[in-house]
Amino acid sequence: MIRELHQKLIDKKITSVQLTEQYFAVIEKKDKDLNAYLTLTKEVALAQAEKVDEKIARGEEINLLEGIPGAIKDVLCTQGVRTTAGSKILDNYIAPYDATVVTRLKEVGAVMLGKVNCDEFAMGSSTENSAYGVTKNPHDLSRVPGGSSGGSAAAVAAGEAAWALGTDTGGSIRLPASFCGIVGLKPTYGRVSRYGLMAMASSFDQVGPMTASVEDAAIVLSAIAGHDKRDATSTDSFDKKFEDYLTGEVKGMKIGIIKEYQEGLSTGMKKVMEAVIEKYKKLGAEIVEIELPTFKYALATYYIIQPCEVSSNLARFDGIKYGMRNDDKKISDLNDIDFAEDKNLLETYLDTRQYNLGAEVKRRIMLGTYSLSSGYYDAYYLRAQKVRTLIKKDFERVLKEVDMVLTPTGVSPAFKIGEKTDDPLQMYLEDIFTVTANILGVPAISVPAGTIKVEDKDLPVGFQLMGKWFDEENLLRAADAYEKNKK
Amino acid sequence: MISKDEIKHIAALARVGLDEVEMEKISKDLSSILDWMEELKTADVEGVEPTAHITGLANRMRNDTAREFGNKEGIVKLFPEEKNGYDKVKSVL
Repeated sequence: MIRELHQKLIDKKITSVQLTEQYFAVIEKKDKDLNAYLTLTKEVALAQAEKVDEKIARGEEINLLEGIPGAIKDVLCTQGVRTTAGSKILDNYIAPYDATVVTRLKEVGAVMLGKVNCDEFAMGSSTENSAYGVTKNPHDLSRVPGGSSGGSAAAVAAGEAAWALGTDTGGSIRLPASFCGIVGLKPTYGRVSRYGLMAMASSFDQVGPMTASVEDAAIVLSAIAGHDKRDATSTDSFDKKFEDYLTGEVKGMKIGIIKEYQEGLSTGMKKVMEAVIEKYKKLGAEIVEIELPTFKYALATYYIIQPCEVSSNLARFDGIKYGMRNDDKKISDLNDIDFAEDKNLLETYLDTRQYNLGAEVKRRIMLGTYSLSSGYYDAYYLRAQKVRTLIKKDFERVLKEVDMVLTPTGVSPAFKIGEKTDDPLQMYLEDIFTVTANILGVPAISVPAGTIKVEDKDLPVGFQLMGKWFDEENLLRAADAYEKNKK
Repeated sequence: MISKDEIKHIAALARVGLDEVEMEKISKDLSSILDWMEELKTADVEGVEPTAHITGLANRMRNDTAREFGNKEGIVKLFPEEKNGYDKVKSVL
């Protein structure tokens, strides 16, 4: 889609300003129902678009993404623009700087339509944990769009943005991509800078593209990838153009499938996955049955390490330097008595965090603090980190036999709003296929695989390919080959 | 089951205020989540090194030099309570 829009721009069939206005018109029409956007940046967007139009008018060459409007997940800092992370505690937060990914998108001339909704601090699988209300799934408004990048997925699926950035700590790009019928790529850990991304679990977090096609994902990745001196874990991408690797060819590629995974699927999901496997065989890829016995530990490992990192990372939201501060509760309770100076700092922390953080965020902070506390550290955190090593070794062994591993993205299509909010464990289980890539730090992509009929509605589901460290080229190539040969 | 006293202790460590209802719910949730994590105890981790960083990147050294942040004003504006360009907070001691 990006390439076609780009062609229209350089052929002067449309201007970037017109294109941008078209997207705002769609937002105006649809977003009352969807609630994908938290903040619109119309002025910024039109100024960006105008610049591009001037360049085109001068006959200058433009980048593929230049003048193409997209949306940014609200956990990514955007200078001068409200950045809430879906949390009440940052309700008044105007980011004082740009995340590196935002800087890079500005550098290539991409247009920012606005900031999109997500689970609070990206903690959730449904966007129901946003303090600003759930985003609805464009395919069925009674269902969740997936999470945590639900706003990004819904915006792209509904035509409210040409592309979006999401972030993925345990599946937060891929699950909503699957639920909304779009493409979502979690790059290799270190491929994309995390500077300016509000940290949730630093050893897992990655920023990535959510788009209408695999090629679009490659184009956005090319724009945001690469070493950043502000993120010591980021690595060089040598200005790779990932879109140049999409040959449509998978002949000789070895794709692993996990037998236990296939057997545990619902009938509908099994059928979809069988068709995907058949398609890859037809295209000349070799399907290899593999065993990954340690993968059964992945979800538990993830839900120990991640809350530990959360409890540490979220300590900064305490009402001291920015965000909401609650330190006048006693004053309001006791009317005219000036308690302000008597109330100690501890109470400021406790009150600020009690009244401005949501239930899931508190639950994870508590779980992480518990697992890290003296007497439990060895049994939980340290053990989980050791199991992480086992999972890595297991995957390294399998990578000697295959180039990538194929699984479903989620266990089912999108579920109903409210269906899983009472039971955190049920919600965590949504991440069963996706967390492994974060534990491993490998790239993984969700690609639309078809639909499953639920209550007379055809709901999209995706399949996932998980590749080798820093091998986005082959991952995207395999995904693109499927997409090109779907029918 | 994690006791209420333990929950209170953890909440204090984490600096998260909780009311009675929240404490009850979190105590229940944490217990069931931790029960489910018991599965990890069946993994044989004897002699296995823990992994904290996954891509094996070695330390990246740089000089520890201060640099100007371009938007000081933007940071000052965020102070919940500003006084003379400083962030006013409760007395620490």
